[in-house]
Amino acid sequence: MSFLPYVVAAWICLVGIAGMATSRNLIHLAVCLTVTQSSSYVLLLSVGYVKHGKAPIFVGTKVGSTAADPVVQALTLTDVVVSVAVIALILALALDAHRLSGSVDPDGIADISG
Amino acid sequence: MSRRMRMLVLGPALLGLGALFAWAIAGLPAFGDYRGPYGFVLNRVVVPLRHTTNVVMGTTFDVRGLDTMGEEFILYAALVGVTLLLRDETRSRQAERRTSRLDDDAVRLVGVAMIGGGLLVALWLMAFGYITPGGGFQGGVLAAGAVLLLYLVGSHRDYRPFRNEHFLDPLEAVGAGGYIVIGLAALVSGTAFLTNLFGLGTTGTLVSSGSIALLNWASAIAVSCAMVLLFAEFLETYVVPLEPEDAAS
Repeated sequence: MSFLPYVVAAWICLVGIAGMATSRNLIHLAVCLTVTQSSSYVLLLSVGYVKHGKAPIFVGTKVGSTAADPVVQALTLTDVVVSVAVIALILALALDAHRLSGSVDPDGIADISG
Repeated sequence: MSRRMRMLVLGPALLGLGALFAWAIAGLPAFGDYRGPYGFVLNRVVVPLRHTTNVVMGTTFDVRGLDTMGEEFILYAALVGVTLLLRDETRSRQAERRTSRLDDDAVRLVGVAMIGGGLLVALWLMAFGYITPGGGFQGGVLAAGAVLLLYLVGSHRDYRPFRNEHFLDPLEAVGAGGYIVIGLAALVSGTAFLTNLFGLGTTGTLVSSGSIALLNWASAIAVSCAMVLLFAEFLETYVVPLEPEDAAS
């Protein structure tokens, strides 16, 4: 089972992509994109895990004792912030698309121009 | 591309990607068998060198401080983008939709209690971010969430003073700009950008970790303001704020 977290990350990514491709609603599409992006959190955190390691926060533990990689945890933080920024823009665009076309179905608004 | 056609392309594409993932996973070291040197090095050197017990925040605001500056401006750029997309000055007043107040007293009571609790936890996450788990980004999002609760359990009129952009816009600029100013202070003093120059203090106390504490607060302010303004932009697409004369009538 030592590969399970990686398999979970791959699964989340694939499910998210499938959701985006089959989506009939822009809000649903944005949520699927977030799901896809979540796979990178799982992957980052699992590659940084050290067996029997604790969180890299040395309060009450000796400095230098086994702990997970703080670099990937900091990267996950960046990842989450980027995800928030992207989802905000996509939702704003979805609202605009709805205002212009009256529809949130990606197929339904494909004909809009300008 | 028709829907049917898209499904026909999607199936093989997902299978192919899944196969590539399987191949990649087969080549990865087993879960927990961490090899890279950086994590081990940072976990040993950050506490003695930077006097911060939260190595993740030490990494975020010191080892890769420049990167975090970019991250803060990603959020800033998203806020500007959303504001430009959603702010529609010509919106007709007929589109106005007034939401009714929440009637359930029990839900309102719990909600109001959660606003205070949420803000308190947010402040704790910000203030102790470089000592225990937390940090400016996490605390900022929670603070903005607590403010949003005010709209959910109260009304837009209760919420509106807390999203006053004449106050939040400059504060956002102070947070985002403060990060750069702290970085430039290091340049002026003759060292590299964002070098940790302020006194390192005592490990494990609020007076520790030098620049990290200040950068943490700068990002806490910037993120709180950015999130409150982001939420407000979305909210006000549907709930047009009452003009003062309407509120009085």
